[in-house]
Amino acid sequence: MALNASRNDLASGAIFIAFGAYFALEALRYDFGTPFRMGPGFMPVVLGGMLIALGIAVAAKGLGKPDKEAAPPWPLRGIVLVLGTILFFAATIRGLGFIPVVLIAAFATALSSSRNTWLSALVISVGLCVLCLLVFVVGLGMIVPLIGPWLRF
Amino acid sequence: MDLFASLGLGFSVALDPINILYCFIGVLLGTLVGVLPGIGPTATIAMLLPITFSLNPETALIMLAGIYYGAQYGGSTTAILINLPGESSAAVTAIDGYQMARKGRAGPALAAAALGSFFAGSAATFLLAAFAPPLARAALNFGAPEYFSLIVLGLLVSIALAHGSIIKALGMIVLGLLLGMVGQDIYTGTPRFTFGLRELFGGLNFVAVAVGVFGVAEILRNLENEHEREVGVKAVKNLWLTRDDLKRIVMPVLRGTGIGSLLGVLPGGGHILSSFASYSAEKRLSKHPEEFGKGAIEGVAGPESANNAAAQTSFIPLMTLGIPAHPVMALMIGAFILQGITPGPNVINEQPALFWGIIASMWIGNLLLVVLNLPLVGLWVKMLSIPYRVLFPAIVLFACIGTFSINQNIYDIYAIAFFGIVGYLLIRFGCEPAPLLLGFVLGPLLEEHLRRAMIISRGDPSIFITRPISATLLVLALAAVLVAVLPSIRKKRAEVFVEED
Repeated sequence: MALNASRNDLASGAIFIAFGAYFALEALRYDFGTPFRMGPGFMPVVLGGMLIALGIAVAAKGLGKPDKEAAPPWPLRGIVLVLGTILFFAATIRGLGFIPVVLIAAFATALSSSRNTWLSALVISVGLCVLCLLVFVVGLGMIVPLIGPWLRF
Repeated sequence: MDLFASLGLGFSVALDPINILYCFIGVLLGTLVGVLPGIGPTATIAMLLPITFSLNPETALIMLAGIYYGAQYGGSTTAILINLPGESSAAVTAIDGYQMARKGRAGPALAAAALGSFFAGSAATFLLAAFAPPLARAALNFGAPEYFSLIVLGLLVSIALAHGSIIKALGMIVLGLLLGMVGQDIYTGTPRFTFGLRELFGGLNFVAVAVGVFGVAEILRNLENEHEREVGVKAVKNLWLTRDDLKRIVMPVLRGTGIGSLLGVLPGGGHILSSFASYSAEKRLSKHPEEFGKGAIEGVAGPESANNAAAQTSFIPLMTLGIPAHPVMALMIGAFILQGITPGPNVINEQPALFWGIIASMWIGNLLLVVLNLPLVGLWVKMLSIPYRVLFPAIVLFACIGTFSINQNIYDIYAIAFFGIVGYLLIRFGCEPAPLLLGFVLGPLLEEHLRRAMIISRGDPSIFITRPISATLLVLALAAVLVAVLPSIRKKRAEVFVEED
């Protein structure tokens, strides 16, 4: 793609603008107040505006200056598996309980590296499960059901 | 209370067997994460924050501090043995340290690094003990306008010392400030940016943001290009320095300690800057500059002393003003708050045992580190052969379980995933994560002091420039930005910050 601009600058500028716009627009719904008595909306509106301006500046600076290095490959498998694991952990820790969640989560994360095989991932997940049990439940006395209510009959 | 009585109190706390044990655990973990590339002290402390919740405040902070300065030691081992800085501040050590290792002088290089670090750490801790109390007393006179200006100064200086684009760093700070505003407004109680979720009324969880931006984002970054490390040096022999070596490192260690102590106080990465400053100073002052880059022992001893001195003095702004000098210190603030203590000038008076205990523990920690690092270096070499593919699932799980155990709040875990992907994207597009975290921690403080100052002045913003201390701080902040945009400094920055964290 012949894009005569720095992709990095455009993308980070866009992220800044998106966040700035969200915060500023949402904050407009709160009481703005006066400089004497600032309301809850004052700082977010001002800072959100600044972030939008900075985002535009970052993007503008990148125009006409393409990145010198090629972008590294996207770790798609890693993104899906690592983030998926974290979401899975959040969604099921209360229901499934500590042991099953840690086993599955460790297995899935380990597979996000192309260097792990099914077998090594399994070994890692069992090892980690034992380690986490010792550290958090035995060592630190964390209160969490080991086998959750979803698995009880 | 005079200095020696205070230190006596400090040692009585630090020499408590439980505290020694946790100090040892701290420096051990610190060395471990310092040695292993791909996981740094920031992510480690973020993950361990929840664990420290159940400990005494003294014990918890002694351990966390130990992780931080322990990582500075460990980072040099990796730099010397495999030419890869385990920790960003050890990047300079790799230049000459690795060359020494290739010539079979890994032992003396490690010894020079450890002895220099020990001396620098001990000397800088003394400076911390001597200068913190008067500074804290001065800070007690600060009102809302002064605090506001001080926070602005802290934020802006962090840009001057961070690498990469200045506008991007500014953007990251503002983004951090905004994220810090999530939750109930302090004055009116209005919930802001909470999506109506009760769980977000207390604000975003600091640990979740830190773990996401520093831990998960870093893992995704490492998964882009997977390659195995090679350990060139299998065994380290001959740790003793010759008489000639000793003579050559005395002055570099002293100078490094001075440079590091001074720069460490600055917000935003003083420990990285100081090792570079020390290296270039040694090269300039050396009688045989041609040896630098080919295994000059001065090039190892100087920077290593500098970054360790800076690691200790960076506690000064934290303990006296409650202002973090860099992300690790921001995490330390989180640790104080978790323990119900507001960091700032009052800590020294209200919690003298805590304050002096932490300082005294730094000497003990530094001593433990020499013991850990020199005789046990073989163990650390073995550690380097743990493959990353085993390491990172452990990091992800520890992050999740640790964060969950603080409040049993599953939204904190969703926040890790969110900040992991946002952090990864921003880092990939060339933005530094450190200013964001600094902004996030300081955001609520900044807003509170700004609003309070404006109420004091009845809406007149000139209060910030008519009060002398506040005006001075703002001028310094402006100067920091001007210095950062000056072309000659810009070029230097590009040379200096070539490594990644």
